[in-house]
Amino acid sequence: MTGLVLNDEQQMLKDAARRFMQERAPVSQLRKLRDERDETGFSRELWQEMVEMGFVGTLIDEEYGGSGFGYVGMGQVFEEVGRNLTASPLFATAVLGATLLRNTGSDAQKQALLPAIADGSMIMALAVDERARHAPHYVETRAEAQGDGFVISGRKVAVVDGHVADKLVVSARTAGEPGDADGLTLLLVDRAAAGVTVERTIMVDSRNAAVVTFDQVAVPKDAVLGKAGDGYAVLQQTLDVGNAMLAAELLGIAQEAFDRTVKYLHERKQFGVTIGSFQGLQHRAAHLFSEIELMKSVVLKALTALDQQDDSAAQLVSLAKAKASEVAELATNEGIQMHGGMGMTDEFDIGLFVKRARPMQQLFGDYRYHADRFAADRGY
Amino acid sequence: MSDLEAFRRETRAWLEENCPQSMRSPVMSDKDQCWGGRNWTFQSEDQRLWLERMAEKGWTAPDWPSEYGGGGLSREQVKVLRQEMARIRARPPLHSFGVWMIGPAILKFGSEELKRQHLPPIVRGEIRWCQGYSEPNAGSDLAGLQTRAEDKGDHFIVNGQKIWTSYADKADWMFCLVRTNPDVKKQLGISLVLFDMATPGVSTRPIKLISGSSPFCETFLENVRVEKNQVVGEVDQGWTIAKYLLTHEREMIGGFGRTAAGQKTLPQQAVEALGVEQGRLADGMLRGDIARWELDAKAFEFTAERVVDEAKAGQGVGNASAMLKYYGTELNKRRQELLMAIHGSDAMVWEGEAWNEGALARQWLRSKGNSIEGGTSEVQLNVIARNILGLR
Ligand SMILES: Cc1cc2nc3c(=O)[nH]c(=O)nc-3n(C[C@H](O)[C@H](O)[C@H](O)COP(=O)(O)OP(=O)(O)OC[C@H]3O[C@@H](n4cnc5c(N)ncnc54)[C@H](O)[C@@H]3O)c2cc1C
Repeated sequence: MTGLVLNDEQQMLKDAARRFMQERAPVSQLRKLRDERDETGFSRELWQEMVEMGFVGTLIDEEYGGSGFGYVGMGQVFEEVGRNLTASPLFATAVLGATLLRNTGSDAQKQALLPAIADGSMIMALAVDERARHAPHYVETRAEAQGDGFVISGRKVAVVDGHVADKLVVSARTAGEPGDADGLTLLLVDRAAAGVTVERTIMVDSRNAAVVTFDQVAVPKDAVLGKAGDGYAVLQQTLDVGNAMLAAELLGIAQEAFDRTVKYLHERKQFGVTIGSFQGLQHRAAHLFSEIELMKSVVLKALTALDQQDDSAAQLVSLAKAKASEVAELATNEGIQMHGGMGMTDEFDIGLFVKRARPMQQLFGDYRYHADRFAADRGY
Repeated sequence: MSDLEAFRRETRAWLEENCPQSMRSPVMSDKDQCWGGRNWTFQSEDQRLWLERMAEKGWTAPDWPSEYGGGGLSREQVKVLRQEMARIRARPPLHSFGVWMIGPAILKFGSEELKRQHLPPIVRGEIRWCQGYSEPNAGSDLAGLQTRAEDKGDHFIVNGQKIWTSYADKADWMFCLVRTNPDVKKQLGISLVLFDMATPGVSTRPIKLISGSSPFCETFLENVRVEKNQVVGEVDQGWTIAKYLLTHEREMIGGFGRTAAGQKTLPQQAVEALGVEQGRLADGMLRGDIARWELDAKAFEFTAERVVDEAKAGQGVGNASAMLKYYGTELNKRRQELLMAIHGSDAMVWEGEAWNEGALARQWLRSKGNSIEGGTSEVQLNVIARNILGLR
């Protein structure tokens, strides 16, 4: 254990990710995708470059074509993604999809799918929530055993990258009632399967999400990931990894919004002086600086705990996601306010950060969800 | 086995053998703290033994060089020592402004003579120090201090008044900021001098705090003779040293909010006082507030850890002490407010043995001073804005 600092390899990955995102996928790229109303909402060409850079295979073991670089490594990539608002399927495919398969996939499932993730040829999405606020055990979607397989019916919302995914993983009930943790099963479903309807929802952050409806979708027995009825625990592990990456991305967003705001405080003049000379703004900036320092620590702590398979990893992830959500909200809101009218202008980038932060805060649980989970885990 | 693991094993064994049982419980009141000094009366034989044994190893100042009585330990070893002490809930053997503040400054800026004279008695807890910085007209604007030191050849004659001097009436020596040159920019005419509180012309008058006790004083200096060899660093260069010393003080004060080894955590106290219903603390609103505090407290703990790790690895922004001081003290004030809420009317009792003489209320009131002493929260925010963000 080297403590709460990056090792040389992790630092190199971070530097490479920073250079790459700045040059190849800066904020202007997202703006362009939005303004051109791009059908897919991301660039295939960029995705292929991210494969070549090794970002996509960061969590995938070498035997399946990845680099096995670990969570701290992937967290560095996401921090840079956050700074540049880089649009790509990295989260749904290379984090959620890869983690689910690594943790629960059979050898055959891993053989078939992990190399396809690592080489960029397959895009995945995780269909878990059915309510507008994250509630992973609230599942009405059912998977009825029929013949040699299952038949799935139900409706999922906020499915990130749902409309471009080749394969979906869906949480469905093989037993129990909505609200039960027991009786959940994770199943692999082809996007092209009969009965799957995908409706793209254009989101506030101009990124991809979809409502996915399953109407009597038949899948074979070997579509089950892990053990039928035992899906909840595995799902939680994957959501923990996902939330740690969301926290890392929120860290990038908060830092970039803050840097841009401090730069503006140095430039903008009113009353004949730079607005950064006003103590009212200085103290708010200094407070935000302190909060971001705390945010850095909890994100790195959570990522490290995941790599070390620490028993308290789930608790530390909730800490990281809660704190990251809180601080990103503050940083983006202060960003707008301190830019004055400029902050409300679409042409100006600061607004894109607030629009990206909120959906990420909500996704898989916001501050309140994770503060509650943290407290419950701490015994109160 | 690595050297560090070997060190851990030896340390654990030594502590097991040498830390008296009664010193293995949390500090509950001021009386449980051992401050040492010429006039100290030990609360118990165990308190004396514990100090002596730790001082013998230099572990009252574990990271100081052993030639001056310190432990000569590396940062990693110090961390291990802390962990092992926490493991058995050992109390700190010594509370000391000498160890926390003036010692590090003498080590960095003092002459060899000063190091040999002052450091070993600090390690042994024989000399207790107080800090003479603030004056009636120089608080946040510390560099505006007016206590004069006149050059008399081989010595100075000091005249002026200090205020808020913690434990001045109990201390043996003072480290004191004085003006040695009134004709230059205010920061450039300040020196840091050391003198014995028994020197003729030094007198103190205790000031009572809102928490009821009188730990700080007004200190009057009338024609106090200070030898020239008792200047730390160069004459007129005291401001740099004063600021260096403040960073140590700030890191120390910033750490006050942390739950000490063996102390019940805030949530544990809440669960005991209020109970749990369906796995949740019975008071929902309070639960939310406690969770918000604990998330921040954990995040702060990891940040203090990260700052140390980064310093070790030669990374980091530096200037972290202002941020740690600001956030840590605000956090501790929130903690104390929550404790008052958790314990309700029990926490409002001021006197009576059954109520531990109002310890809760007194601690709560004392914590208000955390964001004032050592530079106020507003001053810390100024430092961050100016020195880190470059706003001015
Ligand atoms: C418990 C306790 C123990 C202490 N122990 C010692 C000790 O041992 N030795 C010692 O020398 N001193 C000690 N002090 C003194 C302490 O360092 C001063 O109280 C502190 O520096 C503030 O100075 P002041 O009290 O004059 O407040 P002021 O400077 O008068 O401040 C009043 C208010 O104005 C604000 N303010 C002032 N300047 C600015 C600015 N530029 N921008 C924004 N806001 C500003 C402050 O933040 C504060 O809210 C102690 C204080 C306390 C409370």
